[in-house]
Amino acid sequence: MNEKQSDKLASKKKSNYDLDLLLKLNEQMLLIRRFEEKAGQLYGMGKIGGFCHLYIGQEAVVVGINSALKDNDTMVTSYRDHGHMLVCGMDPKGVMAELTGRITGYSKGKGGSMHMFSREKGFFGGHGIVGAQVPIGAGLAFSHKYKNEKSICVTFFGDGAANQGQVYETFNIAALWSLPVLFIIENNLYGMGTSVERSSSTDNFATRGEAFGIQNKTVNGMDVLDVREAAIEAVNYCRSNQKPFILEVKTYRFRGHSMSDPGKYRTRDEVAEMRKNGPLKALQKLILESGFNENELKEIDNKIKLKVNEAADFAIESELPDEAELFKDIIIE
Amino acid sequence: MSNNEILMPALSPTMEEGTLAKWLVKVGDKISSGDLIAEIETDKATMEIEAIEEGFISKLIVEEGAQGIKINTPIAEFSDTEKFSETNDDERNKNVINISNKEVIEEVKSSVIETSDKDLTSSDNDATKKITVREALRDAILEEMEADNDVFIMGEEVAEYEGAYKVTQGLLEKFGDKRVIDTPITEHGFTGIGVGAAFGNLKPIVEFMTFNFSMQAIDQIINSAAKTLYMSGGQMGCPIVFRGPNGAASRVAAQHSQCFASWYSHIPGLKVVSPWSSEDAKGLLKSAIRDPNPIVFLENEVMYGQSFDCPISNEFTLPIGKAKVEKNGSDVTIVAFSIMVGKALEAANELEKNGVSVEVINLRTLRPLDLETIINSVKKTNRLITCEEGFGYSGIGAEISSLIQENAFDWLDAPVLRVHGKDVPMPYAENLEKLALPQTNDIINKAKQICS
Repeated sequence: MNEKQSDKLASKKKSNYDLDLLLKLNEQMLLIRRFEEKAGQLYGMGKIGGFCHLYIGQEAVVVGINSALKDNDTMVTSYRDHGHMLVCGMDPKGVMAELTGRITGYSKGKGGSMHMFSREKGFFGGHGIVGAQVPIGAGLAFSHKYKNEKSICVTFFGDGAANQGQVYETFNIAALWSLPVLFIIENNLYGMGTSVERSSSTDNFATRGEAFGIQNKTVNGMDVLDVREAAIEAVNYCRSNQKPFILEVKTYRFRGHSMSDPGKYRTRDEVAEMRKNGPLKALQKLILESGFNENELKEIDNKIKLKVNEAADFAIESELPDEAELFKDIIIE
Repeated sequence: MSNNEILMPALSPTMEEGTLAKWLVKVGDKISSGDLIAEIETDKATMEIEAIEEGFISKLIVEEGAQGIKINTPIAEFSDTEKFSETNDDERNKNVINISNKEVIEEVKSSVIETSDKDLTSSDNDATKKITVREALRDAILEEMEADNDVFIMGEEVAEYEGAYKVTQGLLEKFGDKRVIDTPITEHGFTGIGVGAAFGNLKPIVEFMTFNFSMQAIDQIINSAAKTLYMSGGQMGCPIVFRGPNGAASRVAAQHSQCFASWYSHIPGLKVVSPWSSEDAKGLLKSAIRDPNPIVFLENEVMYGQSFDCPISNEFTLPIGKAKVEKNGSDVTIVAFSIMVGKALEAANELEKNGVSVEVINLRTLRPLDLETIINSVKKTNRLITCEEGFGYSGIGAEISSLIQENAFDWLDAPVLRVHGKDVPMPYAENLEKLALPQTNDIINKAKQICS
């Protein structure tokens, strides 16, 4: 999108969105950004182990989608899940403490970055196997329908998972049984280090449900308002028709696949170019045009940084799980 | 004029006999290849059979409604000429009984439903009735679905077809398609959906047509169903039952004849149950459906048609994790599960004739294993033989053997011996299949060896 188009869109949007909404979206996206930056830092310090997949660059996707949901809707995603948990309202302290493997973490330190859940907040993971969350999301939608709850389940997966066989088995059943599941394909152009061009016979993921009669749309994931608008339409469709819908969101991750990714599969220039049009910048430009000033924005940022630092301190200072935890939570007695 | 016989056909891999539900021809009728001649009811389904040659029906040997007709029994004769028809009127009238096909089928169906209704209203908790393992499984599902609206069953052919092995017969009619759900033939997808539904607080029963097909879905069973409770710090229980026939059926070769007992028993987070009798099937399946954990419930196709006394009360359950001493003895302990319990009992009876007193333990649950019952028995007999249909390598017997040498070594008078399937993919040929599967004689030989 060139500068002129962006300006035109911004002026159009200014009149349609109230400042409170813009500030709320900004706060959620900033929380994810700052949280992930801190997680990256703690990983570098050896405080976080194993795999750690950061969401930096993709914040507009989950924030935009979430803004269209109701309280009783549920969410399930892959291992790149920190942003989803924060936007669901899970406590940053509990998420960060899970990253550091402490007893105060959401999974008592037994799940780690890729496996966290909160029934209370409607977040059902946090799944480490590429594509496995897709039938699980359809199953959650099945339970909503079975219990006549009028809720939907939003099921996130990436362009990499979109090639998994179980995704298509799920598309078929979701359409066949009319399940209220919204499939969000977060297309960040790379499945680990393999670009979409090298992994996928076509680069249009939204239409992959057409063979099953599933309606779809593609939206620019670097603009949170675009995502929100598309999400409102898609969520309404799923809820009122009790049917699946596929929304492909074109996005980009600014950091590596995981913390141990040398990033040799794409150029620094490509990443730098994408960063210029980052989702936070676009939103904050709108906020400034709405009469807010730089200092006020900075103040919000500082508050969020403080919150994230508190979470990090909590995560580092919390106790490791007691050794007795080793044998707990295997079977419900 | 030459007379040819039409034989009772085998209509499934495990069918041994059937009922001649209805004749679709009468004496004197001309038949051509492809014409429907009769309806045969097996323990799984009612099927029409076709003529495979041309001619005229000269005699109906088996009467309509006759039950227990062994396969390859002559059921009719046909001739290549029409001549006889002028003289055979008497015979024609004698043999053909006019019961319409519909009546026969309806009768069968209503008797099935009546049975279960009767069971449900019974007030006598100790009363038993002889029913097949298949009926016991059906009763367990039916009773638990009646008791809890969150229980539903899904799988290939479970609804309209009434189960590939007839286990879910009558359930669609009773509970409707919201709770008795046919799936496409896509195990990975529908198993994941079942797991998601369980995370969503429902209690799914996922039927695998056979456990061989569960391999398509094993990632969802292990990585999603079994591990998520732990990975969520205890938040994400997964109350789900994966059930279906496991192990060898009969003459279906390597891909359709495998025991998954040791595969699933390997996994913390799963409970693995394997019934033998009708009592086991009903009591354990009811407990499995009520259990808040993911359960792998390994049935056996060959056992489905076998009958045992079974408590009829809908309050009847059996505890998961407890074995049953099926027969007391003092010289040697044989532990077995599923179909091998029957073979172990047969072996025990033979051995008794030679003065060897055998204790037979039906494990019932493979994880958690009732080690205490096995050890108590070993303390008495000082000898142990394990039996399983699956491969010996890394098998259930290997595990039990190891546990016993760790926990009851001083009580052993001889090394633990194992009876198990041969270390080969299951062959198709009848003689080779028999060789590959552990037989009663293998148990007898091991017992003689261990007691010598």
